[in-house]
Amino acid sequence: MTKRAFLFLLILLIAVNILGCKEKPAATIKTSSENNSDEPAYGDALIVGSIGEPSILIPMLAGDSASHDIAGLLFNGLVKYDTDLSVIGDLAESWDISKDGLVITFHLRKGVKWADGAAFTADDVKFGYDTIVNEKTPTAYKEDFLQVKKAEVVDKYTFRVAYEKPFAPALTSWSGIVVLPKHLLKDADITKSEFARNPVGLGPFKLKRWTPGQELILDSYREYFEGRPYIDRYVYRLIPDLSTMFLELKAGSIDMMGLTPIQYTKQTNTDFFKNNFQKFRYPVFAYTYMGFNLKHPFFQDKRVRQAIAYAIDKGELIDVVLFGLGSPATGPYVPNTWPYNPNVKKYEYNPEKAKELLKEAGWEDTDGDGLLDKDGIPFRFTIFTNMGNTLRKNAATIIQWRLAKVGIKVEIRALEWSTFINEFIDKRRFEAVILGWQIGLDPDQYDIWHSSKTKEKEFNFVSYNNPEVDELLEKGRRTFNIEERKKAYFRIQEILAEELPYIFLYVPDATPVVNVRFKGIKPAPIGITYNLPKWYAPQKMQKYMVEP
Amino acid sequence: MIAYLIKRLLEMLPTLLGITLISFFIMHLAPGKPTDILTELNPKITPEARERLEKLYNLDKPVVVQYGLWLKRIVKLDFGESFSTDRRPVMQKIWDQKQSLLDRRLFITLMINLITFAIILAISIPIGVSSATRQNSLYDKVMTTTVFIGFAMPSFWFALLLMMFFGVYLGWLPISGLKSLNYDALPLLGKIWDRTGHLILPVFISAFGGLAADSRFMRSSMLEVIRQDYVTVARAKGLPEKKVIYKHALRNALLPLITLIGLSVPGLIGGSVILESVFGIPGMGQLFFMSVMTRDYPMVMCILTIGGMLTLLGNLFADIGYMLADPRIRARQ
Repeated sequence: MTKRAFLFLLILLIAVNILGCKEKPAATIKTSSENNSDEPAYGDALIVGSIGEPSILIPMLAGDSASHDIAGLLFNGLVKYDTDLSVIGDLAESWDISKDGLVITFHLRKGVKWADGAAFTADDVKFGYDTIVNEKTPTAYKEDFLQVKKAEVVDKYTFRVAYEKPFAPALTSWSGIVVLPKHLLKDADITKSEFARNPVGLGPFKLKRWTPGQELILDSYREYFEGRPYIDRYVYRLIPDLSTMFLELKAGSIDMMGLTPIQYTKQTNTDFFKNNFQKFRYPVFAYTYMGFNLKHPFFQDKRVRQAIAYAIDKGELIDVVLFGLGSPATGPYVPNTWPYNPNVKKYEYNPEKAKELLKEAGWEDTDGDGLLDKDGIPFRFTIFTNMGNTLRKNAATIIQWRLAKVGIKVEIRALEWSTFINEFIDKRRFEAVILGWQIGLDPDQYDIWHSSKTKEKEFNFVSYNNPEVDELLEKGRRTFNIEERKKAYFRIQEILAEELPYIFLYVPDATPVVNVRFKGIKPAPIGITYNLPKWYAPQKMQKYMVEP
Repeated sequence: MIAYLIKRLLEMLPTLLGITLISFFIMHLAPGKPTDILTELNPKITPEARERLEKLYNLDKPVVVQYGLWLKRIVKLDFGESFSTDRRPVMQKIWDQKQSLLDRRLFITLMINLITFAIILAISIPIGVSSATRQNSLYDKVMTTTVFIGFAMPSFWFALLLMMFFGVYLGWLPISGLKSLNYDALPLLGKIWDRTGHLILPVFISAFGGLAADSRFMRSSMLEVIRQDYVTVARAKGLPEKKVIYKHALRNALLPLITLIGLSVPGLIGGSVILESVFGIPGMGQLFFMSVMTRDYPMVMCILTIGGMLTLLGNLFADIGYMLADPRIRARQ
């Protein structure tokens, strides 16, 4: 009986296979080689491993990084960041900013075509803008565009926007997410359109096939306005488990992935790895911090916060939690970027100094139980963090141990994300948290530090309030002059380092690995994938033959 | 018989309603909303934008009203649209008509579970029977230990070991996924082998882990039966031992297995979160887990409701199966 059932299943499997295989061959493994040079050559496929699956490929509607990974290859913006984080033209050839900083005029590139052959014009930009400010569009990126007073199409290749007040992030808000093909979407409901899963873009790649849960296949767009990408095919393989992904990498089934710190430092130093892969390492645009509830009686005194900073060894955190793959954070910006101020007060590990400061603030161990106390209240608090992030949990554990040494008792609670935010952050029911911020490439951080942003659901949840910082934040976003902005943000960092509403812990490194056959990769502060269309596999090293 | 069936089916309705009610409210009792992923700690979102989003999903209405709205649709078997940013119909995510049958989530999980289930039965019944007939022998002890090792071993860990050995070291089997990159270019037989090869490790691991329950169950049921008088009678009248065990005893010992099979029906579509993640298999377990984590109410409710229905149906089938297989129960009705 069971044998028969098994046989039946096998037959079913075969039958289904016969029915389900009418597609054309897509890729075959290449066997022969003709050319022996290292010259750039067209062809081959790059297979990238990802733990997350995109959900929607319209950039302005996407919320997760996987969606942005793919949408970024399909769409371009008017401007983009150069490798040194200066702004350069993308779909806009050039732009003028009026003297008062209120009007930006973009001069668009001519002859750019959408993947379906239609010409790209200023109407597409206007359409994208109208869509993003439309209140029916469920986008998280509306804010920057609501600052626009007037947007107009001057002629086919000129687009002009006017702002109420000068707004420094204005220019870069036009990178990436806003351009949409008007001719395909003008009558569609953008949230329900087929376009969301089968988009037509104008970027270096176009979507060929999306098999949910398995992979997305992108083919190079041969008419791409910056020239045909060398790599013919980009495959985004979905593997939800990082250990599995690493095994796939070793077996040669994927060409690129982000390594975990332990994989980077301990598992990839073999000859096999050195011969077959190239590893990269650069700081990501994010930092991890320990934030205090500044309304809590323990943390109102800045000496207490400074004492805790002295009691924590950032170097040790990086060595243990990140296996050395990171750098200490001194403020809310990433080292080696223009807003980063290297000369702020730093807190070297110094438990003696920590104890001194705590004593000054009135915390002493009066009853001899090893715990500091003040007015009979022992110094005991809880660090909250979100569940599922082992790095943060480990950091919390090390901090717990270090603080115990100066007489502070710390508990750790890891909570599921929604619960954490709704029940604890929003209701201010926390003493300290360990969390991280992703930082945008523009230095404006008004929402995080300005004293007006302390209401429920706003981002200054530590209730930081400093009139000078408020003023500097305002100044920084109202001028386009980089030198003046730099001055404002440098000063903000000095104040933050002195007052420590957060203890800035570390900036982690991104550690991607790419198969050695891909050349033309030029690491820069913004990463490695910015010039993906220029990557190539020399003829003799190509592995896959891609049939269009 | 027919009257009994109708009665049973009608009895299922209030139970089903209860299941939907409880699962709906439990899901909504958890703090947080489906819009959190998009809006929480995102500096680019305003309170107005948040309200708009919540209104879009009817989250501004009281939970009772939301339940009513949902129930109204569900009666028409319309499970609504997913709350995740892609906003696809829930049913389409489970059973995507645009994909080939082999790539639809429900089919994938169903297929893997059916194969595993068949293999478990095919192996655990003989193990159970032979252990029972050699009770407390070395063989019995070895088998018991083996199936319990399978049961106790963390499946993700065992999976990684096998992947390393067969996938990386020997290079015989694919490591993860359902098919190779060059699948479309393969000839038919190659395609079949490709699909089968991808299934070998996941099926082996889940079958190995599932052996314990069924084989122990079979063993104890068999032990009970071979002590019965009619087995003694069969032996006394000089039947060969093989015939006594496999013809007379086994048939009766198999009866309780019907219940076990009935209970496994809902598991067939549930899938395993762990195995599906480790092997990168896009099945129902993965989908369910992601939906719970993102508070995707319609998706979760759809899977729970279908699971609830299947549990009830599984029970019903088990009862019917009993009636068909066991005259004693038929007589009692």
